[in-house]
Amino acid sequence: MKQEFTLSIYSENHVGLLNQITTIFTRRHINIESLTTSESAIPGVHKFTIVVFTSRDQINKLLGQIERRIDVLKAFVFTAEEVIHQEIALYKVKTEALLNSNEIEKLVRQYGARILEVTSEYTVIEKTGHKDETQELFDKLNRFGVSQFVRSGRIAVTKLNQELLSNYLVKLENDLSILD
Amino acid sequence: METKTQPETKEANPMKKQRMNGSEAVIQSLLHEGVDLIFGYPGGAIMPVYDALYHYQEKLRHVLVRHEQGAVHAAQGFARVTGKVGVCVVTSGPGATNAVTGIADAMIDSTPMVVISGQVASPLLGTDAFQETDVVGITQPITKWNYQVKRAEEIPEAIAKAFYIARTGRPGPVVLDITKDAQFGMLDFEYNKQVKIRSYKPTFPIKKDSIAEAVRLINLSKKPLALVGQGVILGGAEDELKTFLEKTGIPAAWTLLGLSALPSDHPLNVGMLGMHGNYGPNVKTNESDLIIAIGMRFDDRVTGNVQKYATNAKVIHLEIDKAEINKIIYADVPVVGDVKQSLPMITEMVSETNHDEWVKEFRACDKIEDQKIITPELYPAKEGLTMGEVVRRVTEAYDNDAIMVTDVGQQQMIASRYFKFKNTRSVVTSGGLGTMGFGLPAALGAQLGMPERPVCLFVGDGGIQMTIQELGTIYQTKAPVKIILLNNNYLGMVRQWQELFFDRRYASTLLENPDFQTICKGYYVESSIVHKREELDDAVKKMVEHDGPYLLEVRVEKEGNVFPMVPTGASVSEIRLE
Repeated sequence: MKQEFTLSIYSENHVGLLNQITTIFTRRHINIESLTTSESAIPGVHKFTIVVFTSRDQINKLLGQIERRIDVLKAFVFTAEEVIHQEIALYKVKTEALLNSNEIEKLVRQYGARILEVTSEYTVIEKTGHKDETQELFDKLNRFGVSQFVRSGRIAVTKLNQELLSNYLVKLENDLSILD
Repeated sequence: METKTQPETKEANPMKKQRMNGSEAVIQSLLHEGVDLIFGYPGGAIMPVYDALYHYQEKLRHVLVRHEQGAVHAAQGFARVTGKVGVCVVTSGPGATNAVTGIADAMIDSTPMVVISGQVASPLLGTDAFQETDVVGITQPITKWNYQVKRAEEIPEAIAKAFYIARTGRPGPVVLDITKDAQFGMLDFEYNKQVKIRSYKPTFPIKKDSIAEAVRLINLSKKPLALVGQGVILGGAEDELKTFLEKTGIPAAWTLLGLSALPSDHPLNVGMLGMHGNYGPNVKTNESDLIIAIGMRFDDRVTGNVQKYATNAKVIHLEIDKAEINKIIYADVPVVGDVKQSLPMITEMVSETNHDEWVKEFRACDKIEDQKIITPELYPAKEGLTMGEVVRRVTEAYDNDAIMVTDVGQQQMIASRYFKFKNTRSVVTSGGLGTMGFGLPAALGAQLGMPERPVCLFVGDGGIQMTIQELGTIYQTKAPVKIILLNNNYLGMVRQWQELFFDRRYASTLLENPDFQTICKGYYVESSIVHKREELDDAVKKMVEHDGPYLLEVRVEKEGNVFPMVPTGASVSEIRLE
């Protein structure tokens, strides 16, 4: 059965790492739903957050292939329930539409969005949330015409008390032949 | 390489730093890794390295091949028989792309190898400069690790890391792409062998509870079967395997690359697994109640239809590469780690027993196979020469103790089935990738790696023409390789499949061949040709006695087939004897 998984992958910060990781997905025809990458809390360690729809069996195999790459430190896989996750969306609407009625303002309040910038021509609205929430706001705003819409990839933190990777790195330092 | 940011530890080296250029640092680094033989082909972007090589000809022998693919396959042959890291040097662009097939072959067959490719100068990167290709991008999916070196100072550390990665854990090929300005640049040379990389765990400590569970299952099993893969050879665990088998009396079958880990005549050796393997181990896989997979990866040529594979068995999987566990066949008991460590732990705890009745069942299968396939192949009553009888004569001529190299196709399967072995690391063949053209250069590399041992190559008339130019390298090095060309004027394996599965529509498999004897003459390689059975013994004798390279061409039956055979999609127990 296919379900949504969020992968957190930690790697050395080398050129070409993104390509190394994404080819593991493309080779198996697994579509990446979303991908974000940035430096992690640990200096020199990069973090990839990848969302895919696939089966548990397939994701475990993927995990093995990802961790096999020399420059990958560790990869973790989570179901939607195991992480707090968020995406950010930006909507550009005509300022005229904002001023014509109070509908857009109502939506902004109702969805906990905020207005980033207002010019005489356009207004930029920002909302963070899950995909279905940002999508819902898009559908409603689009009645008034959204000229640009963009949604970021997912970022996520675990619901665990401890940081998995820091523990892992400490163990690595203490043991040359570390086990998972 | 972000040398400063990585907390990688090194063995201390008191050696004083020496000022030199990047190219000399490449050579010095190779010497520090104990390399004394490399294969390669010069070209523009690697010329500084060749210039440095000129000054080290005494210490570091360079074998000039005729095509970069030959360099890589030769390095593979060298690595497979010696257990050392094979090294080759190629230029940028076409030099590197010509090496790609061999790199992919080494990757899928876990062969330790370091390929150094020249690259255009770093300011030209990304400009479509002359002979520029994105070598790191191209080789990324087919290397264990690759890296582009753009500064001379990075060279010693990059090479140290390359060798460490190539030879540890599950071995594999590493590509270092070194820009021309890095080769010219100056550095203060200091060499420290790599001993640790933070993000890389070559092996794992064996989990005691998995050993205990494995031992419990082995003690309970009535019909256990050990599957021996190349992991045993790569881990140097041949003795550990033998001790384990002899204490438990468990029959052992081998994969194509596990061949020679156990002597052919060992009483518990029950033959080869897979598509053209032996009858017994294939059918008995589905009767076995316990599969003990040792350093193997359940390749599809071994398993046949996975849904119908080992249907009555629990599976213990001893494997160093964690990604192989549950990849194809679910492991009830995974034992992750080096088999050289895990096997003795199991042997120590397991009850001493035997499975004589179960082994006898394999021998009963052997009788059937003998009668239907082996005897007609090795002692044919028909007029035409079979590949099997040639292989038998050659292996016997070397007292069953030569190194066997094969190309890919019918001769590969026949040689693997009928060549016999006394010692480990006696097989060089392209297993996972099935690279035609592998044989000739691989045989050269094997011979240069093991000059004291006889090396016999079995190659077809199709495969030899893919890398036939390496006869020139064989002549130049005088490597006394014995080449047995099994000529049936067909791309035999493809023709066999056309016969069996495509209603004998022999599309593009008939070859109009050159006169191989004349070609040998042109390359100054001694040769002879055999058309009839009565000529064979003398011809083999002449080949064996010849001091130097030799090609023996045997005109074999044109439409001979390799049996048994597990057809694609069928279960291993549905193996066909005819």
